[in-house]
Amino acid sequence: MKVILKNIEKEGYDGSIASYISEGGYEALKIALKKTPEDILSELKKSKLVGRGGAAFPTGMKWEFARNSKETPKYVVCNADEGEPGTFKDRLILENDPHMLIEAMAIAGFTVGASQGFIYIRGEYFKAYDVLTAAIEDAVKNNCLGNNILGSDFSFNISLYRGAGAYVCGEETALLDSLEGKKGQSRVKPPFPTFVGYQNKPTVLNNVETLSNVPQIILNGGDWYSKIGSADCPGTKLYCLSGDVKKPGVYELPTGITLKELIDTYGGGVDGKLKAVLPGGVSSSFLAADQLDVKMDYPSLQKAGSMLGSAAVMVVNDTHCMVDLAKRCTEFFDYESCGKCTPCREGTKRAREIFINMSQAAGEATDIALLKELQDVMYDTSRCGLGQAAMNAAGSAMDKFPSEFEKHITKKNCELGICPMEKV
Amino acid sequence: MASKMINLTIDNNKVQVPEGTTVLKAAKSIGVNVPNLCFHEDLSIYGACRLCVVEIEKHPRLEPSCATLAEEGMVVKTNSTRVRKARRMIVELLLANHPEDCLTCDRNQICELRKIAHDLGIRKLRFEKGRKYDYALDESSPSIVRDPNKCIQCGRCIRVCSEVQAVGAIDFVDRGGRTQVLTFLNKGLDNVECTNCGQCILVCPTGALREKTAVDDVWAAIDDPKKFVVVQTAPAVRAAIGEDFGMPAGSLVTGKMTSSLRRLGFDKIFDTQFAADLTIMEEGHELIGRVTNKGVLPMITSCSPGWIKYVEHFFPECLAHISSCKSPQQMFGAVAKTYYADKIGIKPEDMYVVSIMPCTAKKFEAERPEMNDSGVIDVDAVLTTREAARMIQEAGIDFTNMPDEDFDKPLGISTGAATIFGASGGVMEAALRTAYEVITSKTLEKVEFEQVRGMDGLKTATVDVDGLELKVAVANGLANAKVLLEQIAKGESPYHFIEIMACPGGCLGGGGQPIPTNLEIRKKRAAALYREDEGMPIRKSHENPAITAIYEEFLEKPLGEKSHHLLHTSYTKRERY
Ligand SMILES: Cc1cc2nc3c(=O)[nH]c(=O)nc-3n(C[C@H](O)[C@H](O)[C@H](O)COP(=O)(O)O)c2cc1C
Ligand code: SF4
Ligand code: SF4
Ligand code: SF4
Ligand code: SF4
Repeated sequence: MKVILKNIEKEGYDGSIASYISEGGYEALKIALKKTPEDILSELKKSKLVGRGGAAFPTGMKWEFARNSKETPKYVVCNADEGEPGTFKDRLILENDPHMLIEAMAIAGFTVGASQGFIYIRGEYFKAYDVLTAAIEDAVKNNCLGNNILGSDFSFNISLYRGAGAYVCGEETALLDSLEGKKGQSRVKPPFPTFVGYQNKPTVLNNVETLSNVPQIILNGGDWYSKIGSADCPGTKLYCLSGDVKKPGVYELPTGITLKELIDTYGGGVDGKLKAVLPGGVSSSFLAADQLDVKMDYPSLQKAGSMLGSAAVMVVNDTHCMVDLAKRCTEFFDYESCGKCTPCREGTKRAREIFINMSQAAGEATDIALLKELQDVMYDTSRCGLGQAAMNAAGSAMDKFPSEFEKHITKKNCELGICPMEKV
Repeated sequence: MASKMINLTIDNNKVQVPEGTTVLKAAKSIGVNVPNLCFHEDLSIYGACRLCVVEIEKHPRLEPSCATLAEEGMVVKTNSTRVRKARRMIVELLLANHPEDCLTCDRNQICELRKIAHDLGIRKLRFEKGRKYDYALDESSPSIVRDPNKCIQCGRCIRVCSEVQAVGAIDFVDRGGRTQVLTFLNKGLDNVECTNCGQCILVCPTGALREKTAVDDVWAAIDDPKKFVVVQTAPAVRAAIGEDFGMPAGSLVTGKMTSSLRRLGFDKIFDTQFAADLTIMEEGHELIGRVTNKGVLPMITSCSPGWIKYVEHFFPECLAHISSCKSPQQMFGAVAKTYYADKIGIKPEDMYVVSIMPCTAKKFEAERPEMNDSGVIDVDAVLTTREAARMIQEAGIDFTNMPDEDFDKPLGISTGAATIFGASGGVMEAALRTAYEVITSKTLEKVEFEQVRGMDGLKTATVDVDGLELKVAVANGLANAKVLLEQIAKGESPYHFIEIMACPGGCLGGGGQPIPTNLEIRKKRAAALYREDEGMPIRKSHENPAITAIYEEFLEKPLGEKSHHLLHTSYTKRERY
């Protein structure tokens, strides 16, 4: 079942406007323009589509909030920042099927009553930027964007904006600040962007993958979509499989699939002996090798004590030291913290230092308890998702592999020989 | 219309607050002070230190009470195990970076961070092995020292500088643990648009910002037998310095201040208010001249050096509007080292003039190259109110029990008009008292001009001077000044005369005043000044007998040749960065 990669995986498909249209592209927009925004919202809600950017917020509800906001003008923003390590699914869409995104954004604009859209694209995505630039031009030439789209009285334009390489700018409110030309730092929420977004106006902000589902939902109906995958979180999902698997890559699969199927059936199995999996990137918690039966959807993973996030599934075999991985994850967050709020700015710094100490034979018996307390407080008090999730991976590594940490701290021993275990 | 009321529960107490009230304020209304660091009542909400987090039923995480509005039916806990654990951890994290310097720190007694660490019972630093900051101090400015190592990145200084002062001299640079508060390209405060107003010092919760101290220079001068050391005190000091000795805000301590300074060993205790009266004579006549001879209007006051530096950077095209009068501090220095030095027969170079000011910008002003019209530097050292209090403390003087003493003559003689210079609108009111009587040759029946008093940032009035409709405006806080300047720049200013003070509330809210300084305290200091004015036997500058004497014996007439040389100055266009 392919919703998003249905064109891309076709032989000879080149993502041009001609090939997109020949596959039925822009039909959904035509249909949408003849419907009322309320009809579209009702299809979207029936589909039970939730955001694919990490927070899993119901998309229909998000659009409805923006539609019902009194302030004007309104905006549509596509989050194409894709900064989470191990995530490369949005790039696939941006580079190979840009019109699907453009069509979806136009539908979003029509539904919420916006005439301007922005795509905030990760700075390093040079090719995607060029492809999108050309695609927007072609869409305008073909009257799929611009004034009086497809003969209707609806007008909509899209501008591209390049990010500057900060991970936190993928967080929606930091993204909006960055889009406004400010330093990318999260805003106080509430108010949420659907009420106070870009330039303090109502703004629908969605991930690339989320939006890419919309044309097919319009064409086939919300009920059709809601029957794909898990009942309580339906649809397909792009899983980015990486790490110690035989066939890494992006796989579009129905949400109900188990982790085991994903790794074994599609990823060709583990390369080596499985130790742990990070199912949702460095912001998620490690699953142990005995948790492979978990279903790869938002609610199931949450129940299993982790999260799907952007579905960067990272497989770890038994040659990796968990102290080393915990250290590397906290290094990432220390580097990427925007520095605005105390628990994240200072907490990531101290967590990193403590893991470095552990890896250099300077760990102390009290470290684990202190780190656990730090994790709780960072989760409980950080201002945005970055700090709230920054200790998930490291904390779960400590929970699931306590003896490894114990040995580093008391025996000053890294059995896998990865940590230096001396001052460097 | 009364606003809608919200009912919520905080720590098992039913609370009712108007819609739009934050949880922080709602808690305060029932006597619970939730600890906080980045929150400041004069500034926008920042929600970043996370110290003010509280537990709210049905919310998955703790919420910052400063940034969360009270909602109907909300159930809040400000003091649960979970909240206390979070708060302590946050303070521990801040202290992990922090130099353990309290013993020698300028803020020692009044540091918000130190107090919170104490109150929360932080007795051990669990991140002690962590790296501390190791940044160089910014000592470029003659007024302000920044110690980035004590900075906890609360952003209050940045917000006051941009929101209240419309200057924006400092901002956060870099991200994560590398974040720093810096000037443009790290040029240093002296090399950017910083006005030296010191408002950032007042709002800083730690010792990261302080004045550049002149205490030891002053001690050295006092101890130098060859120096004749005179001290002048600005009006706003007498309404505030008591606070540094534990007296309530609004205590008027003119007499105790005078006797304490005498004990410190100053040779003469004089009053900047004498020079304020002199300013009124000069500035009043300048205004009358500009109005009758169709000179450049509106004319704007020049006694606030923070304001002067602001206009030099941001509105150089408006410099012709600024009165050419020096500030009272500088008039005093120039007169002390000429008129008075001559009177007592000592050479200007043997006299040492100290000012005690509510202001940090006055340190910069005294160092301006044009301020040496006596032949040597006119004002040798400037102390803030806080530094003066520290000297009195160092000398072990029991300030609160000191007898009341008078200023020395003649440069200690002043009027009520000069006292109110310390409050926003005071220069305007003093000028109106004199201008009215000089222009009309009639006696002013009611000397109070209430329209220009008070804590509003912008005040306007139209004054009937015997048929002449004089339109005046008063601004305090540079963001308010900016509004008036933009009108002038566009040629749309309806005013004849404008008073501008850089600091909120005027000098009584100056960057050199006791900490804390806030709206409530500013109001009380203002009330003290107006009380002092009311009790003065003479309340109009032109009736000051010492002023009459200096014109007779020395200056001859306002705006005369000597005045021009000693009491007036010029301004410099400065860069933007
Ligand atoms: C630190 C951080 C980084 C994020 N990075 C991204 C990102 O790169 N791309 C993305 O779509 N969402 C990212 N998000 C999630 C967004 O904040 C937001 O929830 C999402 O873009 C909303 O779109 P959706 O409802 O379609 O998922 C990030 C969140 C956090 C806290
Ligand atoms: S949690 Fe981290 S990234 Fe988010 S606002 Fe706080 S410091 Fe910035
Ligand atoms: S700033 Fe406060 S906590 Fe820091 S050294 Fe000074 S008094 Fe101590
Ligand atoms: S002294 Fe005034 S102008 Fe200078 S940085 Fe501080 S607040 Fe800004
Ligand atoms: S210098 Fe002071 S006011 Fe400014 S951010 Fe640092 S601690 Fe806060």
